[in-house]
Amino acid sequence: MTDNDTIIIASPVHTAKDFASDQEPKWCPGCGDHAVLQQLKNVMPELDVAPENVVFVSGIGCSSRLPYYMATYGVHGIHGRALPMATGLKVSRPELSVWVATGDGDALSIGGNHFIHTLRRNPDLNVVLFNNEIYGLTKGQYSPTSKIGLRTITSPSGVIDQPFNTAALTIGSGGSFFARAFDRDGKYLRSILKRAALHKGTSLVEIYQNCPIFNNAAFEAFATPDKKADNTVYLEQSKPLVFGKDKNKGIRLDGFTPVVVDLDKEGLSTSDLWVHNEADINKASILARFADDRAQTEEVLPRPFGVFYAEERVTYEDALTDQIREAQKNGIATLEDLLKGESSYVIK
Amino acid sequence: MTDTNKSTRQVNVTSKTSVSVLFAGDSGDGMQLTGTQFANTVAVRGSELNTFPNFPSEIRAPAGTIAGVSGFQLQFSSKPVYTPGARFDVMVAMNSAALKANLKDLHRGGIIIAGTEGFDEKNLKLAGYPEGANPLEDGTLDNYIVFPVPVLQLTREALKESGLSSKEIDRCKNMFVLGLLYWLYTLPLEGTIETLQAKFQKNIQMAEANIKAMKAGYFFGDETELFANLGRFDIAPQKQHGTYRRVTGNEACAIALTAAAKKSGLELFLGSYPITPATEILQTLAKKKKYGVKTFQAEDEIAGIVSSIGAAYGGALAATNTSGPGLALKTEALGLAVILEVPLVVINVQRGGPSTGLPTKPEQSDLFMAMYGRHGEAPLPVIAARSPVDCFYTTYEAARIAVEHMTPVICLSDGYLALSSEPWKVESPDNLSDIKPRFQQARKPEDPPYLPYKRDDRQVRSWAIPGTKGLEHRIGGLEKQNETGNVSHDPENHELMTKLRAEKIARIADTIPLQSIDNGPLKGDLLVLGWGSSYGAIKTAVEQALEKGYRVAHAHLRYIHPFPKNLEEILGSFKQVLIPEMNSGQLIHLIRDTFLIAPVGYSKVQGVPFNEMEILAKITDLIKEI
Repeated sequence: MTDNDTIIIASPVHTAKDFASDQEPKWCPGCGDHAVLQQLKNVMPELDVAPENVVFVSGIGCSSRLPYYMATYGVHGIHGRALPMATGLKVSRPELSVWVATGDGDALSIGGNHFIHTLRRNPDLNVVLFNNEIYGLTKGQYSPTSKIGLRTITSPSGVIDQPFNTAALTIGSGGSFFARAFDRDGKYLRSILKRAALHKGTSLVEIYQNCPIFNNAAFEAFATPDKKADNTVYLEQSKPLVFGKDKNKGIRLDGFTPVVVDLDKEGLSTSDLWVHNEADINKASILARFADDRAQTEEVLPRPFGVFYAEERVTYEDALTDQIREAQKNGIATLEDLLKGESSYVIK
Repeated sequence: MTDTNKSTRQVNVTSKTSVSVLFAGDSGDGMQLTGTQFANTVAVRGSELNTFPNFPSEIRAPAGTIAGVSGFQLQFSSKPVYTPGARFDVMVAMNSAALKANLKDLHRGGIIIAGTEGFDEKNLKLAGYPEGANPLEDGTLDNYIVFPVPVLQLTREALKESGLSSKEIDRCKNMFVLGLLYWLYTLPLEGTIETLQAKFQKNIQMAEANIKAMKAGYFFGDETELFANLGRFDIAPQKQHGTYRRVTGNEACAIALTAAAKKSGLELFLGSYPITPATEILQTLAKKKKYGVKTFQAEDEIAGIVSSIGAAYGGALAATNTSGPGLALKTEALGLAVILEVPLVVINVQRGGPSTGLPTKPEQSDLFMAMYGRHGEAPLPVIAARSPVDCFYTTYEAARIAVEHMTPVICLSDGYLALSSEPWKVESPDNLSDIKPRFQQARKPEDPPYLPYKRDDRQVRSWAIPGTKGLEHRIGGLEKQNETGNVSHDPENHELMTKLRAEKIARIADTIPLQSIDNGPLKGDLLVLGWGSSYGAIKTAVEQALEKGYRVAHAHLRYIHPFPKNLEEILGSFKQVLIPEMNSGQLIHLIRDTFLIAPVGYSKVQGVPFNEMEILAKITDLIKEI
């Protein structure tokens, strides 16, 4: 796990149960959303934040129902617009812990403009992006992350749109934090959610989330025990990129090109491998491309999970607060000042 | 300092009550600055004043063409004025395009001061005059009093030793004209001198050159024989004692939002996206950080309103400002604000439409959109400002209604009010009505559960903001169960909630003032019912009609939804009702629909405001029929 894990002291006051609302989740049985909800409830007590200071904001889609199931404050908004709603809330109330639940359609299609602009502004939001590569609530149309060739009700001959690469889009938009997790690996998901919560700035967590109804097994290659080890690499700060069932595979950088090497066969040690550095935007950009189907004909490179990139940068609300403080350094102007204005004149 | 109040020669000074002046020239001729300076001088002296700038939507339209003409019109007077003047008495035309574009609005017999360099062959051609034609020479202006003045040449002579480049010297020609107009209207130069000194604090040479050019213009009036027959004019200032400031409609909206935040104890958040002619509201508020104002320039119109909804949920006085195309983009979010029942002020500065339409020209054509432009049944209050100063009071009222009734409110202005200005007697904080947010207080675990959609006797729910212990609740755009706010698809509940949301808005009529008659008798032959920026034209026309002895009155609506409770009674006190609108007839639909009467409509959809002569002519026609 990560270095930051040891810093947090679990709150003795709250438990996961305190964060469960009285509403019964209405997601399909077996939907990955249940697992994400559970981990959000689990992680909250570890964050030392009272339920009344937490707000979940969402747009429209299956995942956007999440705020109803958390016993915090919550607003279920309109399609695609969760990020600006959360930004407005955070800017006016910087002390709140503001979370956004969104999906691949909500965030990357109808809300695509808000997605890129929120990331570059960097308000301190925790964005949980449920990526199931499909539209669930409207019953099975392809989404902006659906793979080329996927046959759906609106792509009976297969998807022909190039899908978005969420990681590359986040980093390209000036995002300060990107991490990927998986709905089925609860413990790991929880650790990533905690990292995201502790990051000051917009933390984007992409969760591969299975839709058992309309896009079942989309992430099977990273899930089943026999395939998982060879198809995934888990990122750890300052650790070499090692993967495989026997931990005998690694990633080496050949110039800017990542290459899979077999440590045993090629007589290499882990010190020859790419060492993960969350602060390195160039390396993060290359990691983002691991998921890019354009870059490879087969799944040669393992899919990275964990924190790709984390940059400490001033948040939007802090920068604005600083400007206001500067403007008020000689005192807060009064209503009287306002009404009189700066160019009033007296008629005698 | 030269004593400009004493003329070297004896020139006859005639007293007048009002004068309307147009400064017109190419976009690059500095006419907006000239007009603004002139307006400041007469305002500070204590004249009644109304100004209106008129400029092209292109930033730099081709020089010398009709498209590139920029104008600044003002009327100043010894008695109250409500418009910049239906026609102007004096026109400054810096080039032939300026003359050609505006001549139709100059009074017959009016004065033209023409910068002759703008009437050379090249400029005449650019303005589209036929070859060989020059209006200054060919007798086409025989019905006017024309003063050809070689403005550029005289400016160059005055500044030849200034040390400035010839380009910089030429740019001072507007100050020459300003000085000449100050002479003509016996106005002091001191105010403008101080402004120029402050503006060019770091460039004394430039300040001095501009001042010198202005004085040169002043003395030119004095020395030339040109104006010997015309003489000079004096419009005696009559304004009451007091402290005043001049505001445009857009500035007044921005000040009102800040004032409402201060008065209510809330923090102001404006989520906005730049759009003509509403942008100055964002610009003005961005400079109000010392009042604690937070502005957020969003990536688009939708993010503008949605960020404000987020801020409103958090307990801010939230607002967004826009113009027609932007309001169209905000409609889905407006529906969200209606169903969430959060306070939100939406200022729509109307412009000519549909689509991009006439971005810099006013129209009153968004009333239907404000009333009905949402899917589902989503009623909200609609109010409209009548004058630049009234933009303050109407926006403030919008904030009061929004906060006290937990609803989005649309406040309508238009491109005419947005840019027009008038003097405003500085308001005292005590005169502003209180704005009382109804925050829900923290709840103890043993207390009954919090019900976010439980209503008071006005059908208003309480405002429970994040951070308040024990009130954690979830709300959203899905239909909600009465009182609990939980998601509900129950048929009867949906009908109940639809009715409750409408009734909440209808009951606002209990808290707003009754409609008054602005001018004229309480009963009579004809009521002219207006809304929005046509106030000045209607007011002036009705004044004139009353002088003629007509039994006519003027009522002007601020509250369009809901209507004031006594409006039906007022409408019934006249034999006929005339509704002038800068659209094809929108308020008239609402009036017919609500009161089942048949008023007479009067439409103007030209992107230019009504003038008083048009309305007076319509009144006269109708009176004859009654």
